[in-house]
Order: sequence, then C-alpha cells, then structure tokens
Amino acid sequence: MNNGIPLQYFLILASIMFFVGIYGFLTRRNLIGILMSVELILNSVNINFLAFNRYLYPDRLEGLFFSLFIIAVAAAEAAVAIAIIINIYRRFSTVNVEHVNEMKY
Amino acid sequence: MEMNQIIFILFAAIIVVFSILTVTSRRILRAAVSLLFVLVSTAGLYFMLNFAFLAAVQLALYAGGIVVLIIFSILLTSHISQKMEAVELKKSVFSAMAVVLGMILTITTILQFSFQATSIAAVEINMELIGKALLSYEVDGFVLPFELISVLLLAAMVAAIIIAKKGSPTSDKAHIDKN
Repeated sequence: MNNGIPLQYFLILASIMFFVGIYGFLTRRNLIGILMSVELILNSVNINFLAFNRYLYPDRLEGLFFSLFIIAVAAAEAAVAIAIIINIYRRFSTVNVEHVNEMKY
Repeated sequence: MEMNQIIFILFAAIIVVFSILTVTSRRILRAAVSLLFVLVSTAGLYFMLNFAFLAAVQLALYAGGIVVLIIFSILLTSHISQKMEAVELKKSVFSAMAVVLGMILTITTILQFSFQATSIAAVEINMELIGKALLSYEVDGFVLPFELISVLLLAAMVAAIIIAKKGSPTSDKAHIDKN
C-alpha cells in the first residue's frame, strides 16, 4: 500500500502543517482565525499518530483510536469556542482579541 | 515514479499551500475555505494510509461539521467583503523566524532518527473490530476513553447552549449598567 513513501515524508508534512498553524496562532488577531490555526495544529498531530500506527505498529490500533478521540475533542472545543466567540461579539461588537480586554462583567 | 507517490505529492502540495493560505489570507471567509481544502486533503492521506473509517470521520466531522460551524460564525460576526487589517511587519517577521527555526529543528531531528521498519503483518481494520475495541474492557479495549468522550461531548453541548443563549438575568443587568 505505502511502497515508496517513507514514514519521514508524512512526519515532515505534519511538522510543516503544525508550524504553519503556530504561525497563524501567533499572528492572527481575529478569534475565528486563531480557532482555524488550532484546527490545523490538531489535524497535523492526527497525521503523525496515524502514520506511526501504520508504519511502526501495524498490528495495533492505538493510533487510530487516539486520532478518533482527538477529532471528538476538537469538535467539542470548536463548538464551545464558537459559542464564546458569538457571546463576545454580542457584548463587544468585535472579535478582535486586542479590543476584548476586560472580564469584569 | 509510482502512482501512490504522485498522489502523495499532490496531497502534500495541496496541504502545504492551503495551510499557508489559511493563516495568511486577509479575507476570513477565504481562509475558512482554504481550511476546508486542507481537511479534505488530509482525509485523502488517511485513505492512502488505509484508514478508511477515520477518513470518513474526518470528512463528516471536520469538513462537514467544524468548517460549516466556522463559516456560520464568520457570517454572523463579520461582513463578507471585509478585509482584516494587515499584520505588523515586525510581528510577522519574528513569528516567521521562530516558526522556521522550529521547523528546521524538527525536520533535522526526524531525518536523523532511523525508524525501524517492521515486518509485522497489518491487521485488517473493519467496523466490527473498531466497534468491539471501543466497547471492550479487556486489554486493548478503549471503553474508558469512550465513556469519557461521551461525557465530555454532553458537557460541551450543554456549555455551548448555556454560553450562547441570549438574555440570562446577569447579562441583562450588565447590559443596563453598561449603558
């Protein structure tokens, strides 16, 4: 199935994706943009888990289930984050993190 | 070059290009659509690794669920044609430097490590195996994380409803005080 594609290719691809996500996390000032960067980071981690599972331990299923649980946690996180973002927008009329700097309500 | 190598390079190129577009595009809706392309290509990689079930979950949950949720929240919080302000040059240069340094470090470490190729026969992954492993409490069973995830999802669902709900008594009071 994976003849000719070394494991390192998957790991390099995942690390590029991870660090692009980190870059977005550092430079974005929009809450939804930050959320999308976090999704990129989580997704790159999933690629690593599955590649290790398939190449190094093909007789086991830990990588598959860990990725499954990461996807579930990511879905829960996105739902709560978007609820918070909508609430912030309702109170401050902006989703820019630099204009949301008080928590005294 | 074999067919699967060509397909891998295609998916990798799509992932890299659209990840960069996701974090640099100044129109937030375009960034969300780029994220959709990244997630779909990742599902393609899962198919290449022969994890068909996880690829389906990725397509349904990430591409179908989370991206739609993100696009909805974008439409609720900003105008479609609105462009985000450009990132300050200093900040983007320093972030890029940190990121490139980290990337070089990680990739050199990966290339130096020699991964032992295994000769164990791959287990055939089908739905029956996945379902039994999820509900098994023996060795190699995952019933505890499965139950934890179900509690977490319930808690997250209730929390999302409570947080996004309009007009609780405290928020009304805060609103009056503010005006």
